Amino acid sequence: METTWFILVALMLAAYVILDGFDLGAGIMHLCIAKNDEERRMVLRAIGPVWDGNEVWLLAAGGTLYFAFPMLYASSFSGFYLPLIMVLWLLVLRGIGIEFRNHVEGHLWGQAFDAVFSISSLLLAVFFGAALGNVIRGVPLNAEGYFFEPLWTTLTVGPEPGILDWYTVLTGVVALAVLAMHGSAYVALKTEGDLSARARSRGRMLWWAVAVLTIVSLVATLAVRPGMLDNYRKYSAGAVFPLMVLVSLGLMAYYWSKGNDKAAFISSSVYIAGMLSGAAFGLYPYVLPASTRPEYGLTIYNTAAPPYGLKVGMVWWIIGIVLTLAYFTFLYRLFKGKVAPSGDGHGY
Amino acid sequence: MDTALGIDRLQFAFTVTFHYLFPQLTMGLALLLVVLKSLAIKTGDERYNEAARFWARIFGISFAFGVVTGIPMEFQFGTNWARFSRFAGGVIGQTLAMEGMFAFFLESSFLGLFLYGEKRLGKWGHWAAAFLVFLGSWLSGFFIIATDAWMQHPTGYQTAPDGSVHLASFWELLLNPWAWWQYAHNMSGAVVTGSFVMAAVGAFYLLMRSHLDQARIYVRTGVVAACVFSVLQLFPTGDQQGKMVARHQPVTLAAMESLFETREGAPLVILGQPNMAELKIDNPIMVPRALSFLTYLRWEAQVRGLKDFPREEWPDNIPLLYYSYHIMVGLGTIFIAVMGLSAILLWRKKLFDANWMLWILMLSFPFPFIANTAGWMTAEIGRQPWLVYGLMRTDQGYSPLVSAGNGVFTLLGFMGLYLLLGMLFLFLIWRQIQRGPAPVAVA
Repeated sequence: METTWFILVALMLAAYVILDGFDLGAGIMHLCIAKNDEERRMVLRAIGPVWDGNEVWLLAAGGTLYFAFPMLYASSFSGFYLPLIMVLWLLVLRGIGIEFRNHVEGHLWGQAFDAVFSISSLLLAVFFGAALGNVIRGVPLNAEGYFFEPLWTTLTVGPEPGILDWYTVLTGVVALAVLAMHGSAYVALKTEGDLSARARSRGRMLWWAVAVLTIVSLVATLAVRPGMLDNYRKYSAGAVFPLMVLVSLGLMAYYWSKGNDKAAFISSSVYIAGMLSGAAFGLYPYVLPASTRPEYGLTIYNTAAPPYGLKVGMVWWIIGIVLTLAYFTFLYRLFKGKVAPSGDGHGY
Repeated sequence: MDTALGIDRLQFAFTVTFHYLFPQLTMGLALLLVVLKSLAIKTGDERYNEAARFWARIFGISFAFGVVTGIPMEFQFGTNWARFSRFAGGVIGQTLAMEGMFAFFLESSFLGLFLYGEKRLGKWGHWAAAFLVFLGSWLSGFFIIATDAWMQHPTGYQTAPDGSVHLASFWELLLNPWAWWQYAHNMSGAVVTGSFVMAAVGAFYLLMRSHLDQARIYVRTGVVAACVFSVLQLFPTGDQQGKMVARHQPVTLAAMESLFETREGAPLVILGQPNMAELKIDNPIMVPRALSFLTYLRWEAQVRGLKDFPREEWPDNIPLLYYSYHIMVGLGTIFIAVMGLSAILLWRKKLFDANWMLWILMLSFPFPFIANTAGWMTAEIGRQPWLVYGLMRTDQGYSPLVSAGNGVFTLLGFMGLYLLLGMLFLFLIWRQIQRGPAPVAVA
């Protein structure tokens, strides 16, 4: 039962990264692929009706994590106190920036909120990458299962690390490059003309960065946590995840060279899913390893809610996810196709 | 308030108070939007559709502010209240996760369709989108109330060997009697806010002599809804909520009323200031024996006073609790008077020309926000010193390793950010009100 919930929470988080990832990525690339007010409005129209629903995956994944692994939620959220609160501030600013851009005309406001939207998207990508880096590297848990990390200490990987060290900065940069590429792929897919072409060419440049960073981050991860290989040695089926990463990366380059934006975007989504599930598979059954002593590490077994709650939850969770998938299918079908170059301003 | 506990409490209180200014408006307006859309279908009158379009714009802005200020609430359970989450996550994790799965996805999916999809969806499709947004926001409210109700009156749990609590009965958690009265009271309060705001904007247009046709719809809808729900707020929902407190949290009742001595035929204090040094009410204006009657329906019933309870069970800020409660009840009573009078004028077709009453309606919109806030302060300060009533004290629930210094840093950050948000919100709403509804050709 714990394992099932581990997989479900990981899937929800992956859904969040893939879905909100493309609108974060569109935000990161906003200033550099959309050159005038009309194009910027098009980028915003492309994500307008869906970004809010995408972000809800974070809340729903957070809620599900809280319910299935309350002890992990308590420990990690209090330990990552400062960066999480900053993530909140960024989410608030970004959401209001997008809303405001829709309601207020005028150059001055447009420029201000393009900048807010772009910078907050960029920082969020780095923060999320660094967060994953922290989980893989391990945190200074005490015997009670709590920790508190300052933003940085010596920037080296040691028993008393900060949120930022060379490894987590690296994972932050990886996340930035990946989401920027993912967002470019989405903008290329949803728009037409110069904007679409520019998004595609920037995306293809980012592809090289992502390819290099994928290899660098793999090597770095094995240096920081050699134990990540244990599960791969034990279960050969795990090879499917690195395979997913490699094949999707290759396909992305191929489809882009063919000008098939849809397939390129799907490949980019599969790439993200492969990277995240590969990390989750390597960590299992740990959910938060300890940098202090291995036995202080949090696993799915010592953080899960008791069986009755998990069983009841399975019933409503399945009902909930079926309904959710129905809404999303309906919404994305209604919104499929390219964004009109000019329209009523709201993408419908 | 220089300890980590004090800062954690202040930060939660500040962020949740600011947050709830928005959902009370959107949950109220969500119901009124369904009413407007239904009237449009029933009468075939395009003016109701235009009214719905105008209020959907106000709704959309408020909803976005509610969403972005709501995310910090879920996070703070983990960041600032880690020991509480570890203790109670096995129970309240259920309701919080269900809110995400059943309410958030629903509202966020259909909100965009409702706001921008009127042409594409057609008459009934757009009505359905409005209804689903209403359903999502009211479900969200239910799951949050169920969570709070469990903290007020825990049900459906059992204690595990490690001291934490586990879910023992899913249905006892969801069917907690406290939750249902609290929900009814809270949602009725939200409709009061929404309808006061609608009536106030209508009154503003009437006094400005602009958008007269639409303004009459807003005033009429707002006054009728506010009148009905102001009464429901007092009876039965408020009354039942009070009886629930009397039964399960007698010390809270005593503190709310600042009744220090146990007595038969206890009086109801209308005005006066609790004097915590001498444990009495200064300058009291009281209705003799009314408290006994309202609580137990017997004029001579005994009501237990604070001195009957050990001091460590007293809520830790009795004056603030007392004032919150009295402000809530006082305003609620005034609402019934204002809206009752408006409804009579409306019925006698005099309201739209009664400038003095329109002025009152226009200026009264802030007060439901104050009353709802005061109501929540009564519930939450009244629960003290418990975080989970009778199970965990507030000073046992905060994160052990988050220092006061880090807490002050984030609290100040929230204050600065929310100041900015508040100004942006007022600016955006003011622009919408100035822009106003579009003129509708009379069919």
